[in-house]
Amino acid sequence: MNDMADTGEQTIKKFLYVNRKAPYGTIYALESLEVVLIGAAFEQDVSLAFLDDGVFQLMKGQDTADIGVKNFSPTYRALGDFEVTKLFVEKESLEERGLSEDDLMEITYEDEDDDWEEKPSIHLVNRSELAAVMAEQDVILSF
Amino acid sequence: MSYEVNGATVEHDEEGYITDLSAWNKDLAALIAKDENIDMNDEHWEVVNFLRDYYEEYQIAPAVRVLIKAVKKSMGKEKGNNKYLYTLFPYGPAKQACKIAGLPKPTGCV
Repeated sequence: MNDMADTGEQTIKKFLYVNRKAPYGTIYALESLEVVLIGAAFEQDVSLAFLDDGVFQLMKGQDTADIGVKNFSPTYRALGDFEVTKLFVEKESLEERGLSEDDLMEITYEDEDDDWEEKPSIHLVNRSELAAVMAEQDVILSF
Repeated sequence: MSYEVNGATVEHDEEGYITDLSAWNKDLAALIAKDENIDMNDEHWEVVNFLRDYYEEYQIAPAVRVLIKAVKKSMGKEKGNNKYLYTLFPYGPAKQACKIAGLPKPTGCV
């Protein structure tokens, strides 16, 4: 899979990975993240959505020492290196859980087309805006 | 399956990646490199140390495409390119250098 970048003509599809579960306790969040990272090698147009308990995946200051599993939250900050730069977070889900954008990690990417300027990857959207994002996708994978 | 280094036994998987990441040290790295027919010099170490720092920060071993971009960003384009990194690690800079760095196989490599 190392050298799949230059395969000539490609059809680029819009992929949305929907994350709805808390980061630990089930394997969904980690599996989703791994699929995103692996899928990034195929150079598609990838977005991630975080809603319901999925918003907890992006929380700052996660500490898993007492539950004996790996804290994979730092990996979300590497998504920009994988050219995954669109993370949509549903406002209502944050509010229902007493959270705000300040409770989330700062996730940025460097825009190659704009002199490597650092830009935020997280976009807060309300429920109807997220529905619109979903409507324009070719493929939606739900975790 | 294991490596023997300085009297210690370090387990590895069927492809040679160590299973206990905390068991890594420089002597072990040199031994793994030797198995890969690589004679470690400063340039190899620079990449290996870069990967270890990357893993420390992001908890992930980058795929080769990402590694090249990240090296370019941090060390400049003389080093952040396919030719330079493949010259150092002919069987894949991410795969081989991660193995030597005591990291898991890069995510996105099959």
